[in-house]
Amino acid sequence: MEEEKPKLKLAVYWAAACGGCCVSVLDVHEKLFDVVAAADLVFWPIALDIKYDDVEKMPDGHIDVTLFNGAIRNSENEHMARLLRKKSKVLVAYGSCAHLGGIPGLANFSNRDEIFSRVYIESESTVNPGKVKPVPKLEVPEGELDIPEFFNDVRSLNQVVDVDYLMPGCPPQTERLLEVFTAIVSGLELPPKGSVIGAEVRAQCDECNRIKTENKKIRKFYRPWEIEDDGVTCFMEQGVLCMGPATRAGCGHRCIKGNAPCRGCYGPPPDVTDPGTKMMSTIASIIDEKEPEEISRVIADIVDPAGSFYRFSLPSSIIRRKLL
Amino acid sequence: MEFKPRIIAFLCKWCSYTGADLAGTSRMEYKANVRALRVMCSGRIEPTFILRAFNNGADGVLVCGCHPGDCHYQEGNYRCLRRFLLLQEYIKQMGIESERLKLEWISASEGKQFADLVNSFTETITELGPCVIKETMQVLT
Repeated sequence: MEEEKPKLKLAVYWAAACGGCCVSVLDVHEKLFDVVAAADLVFWPIALDIKYDDVEKMPDGHIDVTLFNGAIRNSENEHMARLLRKKSKVLVAYGSCAHLGGIPGLANFSNRDEIFSRVYIESESTVNPGKVKPVPKLEVPEGELDIPEFFNDVRSLNQVVDVDYLMPGCPPQTERLLEVFTAIVSGLELPPKGSVIGAEVRAQCDECNRIKTENKKIRKFYRPWEIEDDGVTCFMEQGVLCMGPATRAGCGHRCIKGNAPCRGCYGPPPDVTDPGTKMMSTIASIIDEKEPEEISRVIADIVDPAGSFYRFSLPSSIIRRKLL
Repeated sequence: MEFKPRIIAFLCKWCSYTGADLAGTSRMEYKANVRALRVMCSGRIEPTFILRAFNNGADGVLVCGCHPGDCHYQEGNYRCLRRFLLLQEYIKQMGIESERLKLEWISASEGKQFADLVNSFTETITELGPCVIKETMQVLT
């Protein structure tokens, strides 16, 4: 009988995520057959009925690679992050939320009390006369009930556990995943721990096909719907805020090809710690006004500067939450 | 304990740092809360520097450059002004008092103005009280 190479044990988990990252794994389409030929999926809540208990019973280091997507929002996310760290040889922060905090990280503009009040009391569709808010533990006649504790801060995965690799994107491009997967399966030498994988080292602008000139002068910012995009000129030159200058390439600039400006999901390029401050520098350089009032008028066109510059990276930025 | 604000001042080499130097050589007295950092140009001051200063415990950040039109590198101070105005919008959104970040133009001959600026800014920050950014960023809840 032919001796088989042991198959790779692969796990995919979602924490505070939308599910898009898991779907991006499914987007390998028919290549999924190649994936399952080379790997056993031992845990993947979106597709397989394997319980947390089963994971706890696995020996430490049992899983070869875990793709962990989603931010850390509550105690369940944190528990699973620690558990999967223990059970995995290689833990990959997969997607913007695990990498930098992502869209759930925008909740750091608020805190637990504000979120609970909005969601359980103030929202237009809520009927809650008893003003009941979730509590982690509750005594009922039948015994004690518990649900995960909701944290005040949203964290990225590497703010909670040791992470081997970071794979950016919202979601990561499936082609990049296949490249990474192939590299792991074929036993290629892996990059040093802590590396960002499945992405380039240059900025979006270096690879963007739109026509860019030296003439970057902005006197007014437009939101994408306020302007008729010509489809060929750099978004910034047309006055549309584009996160390209402060964002790592590697996504194949799908958004830009779809005539939408970059939102920054691939995170900052190497050596840039904070994409938002880089973006502020960039914008300040191309505003073509010198008088404070005029500059302020141009800046006022940018709706929600903090939210735009830190859309995917607030929990990992220098000022990682609003002061309340 | 009495609150002694920690203030970081980024001063451009050509005008503001020379102005601060003039205040010193002219033996003017001003509050000792300011730690001056010399940079080649106010246009060199990245928003990262300012946020890092706050994150490392600064209670206030002062940015000084040449008067408009006087920049040694022609345009640096305008870039600084635009960054400053953008940063002001940002820090307001982050719940940081905008008074904690101040931009002033100080020329090489304005030693007196520099001393007055340091005194008034220190007073503003003392009234505002300690900045909580450092401790807020350290604790994850």
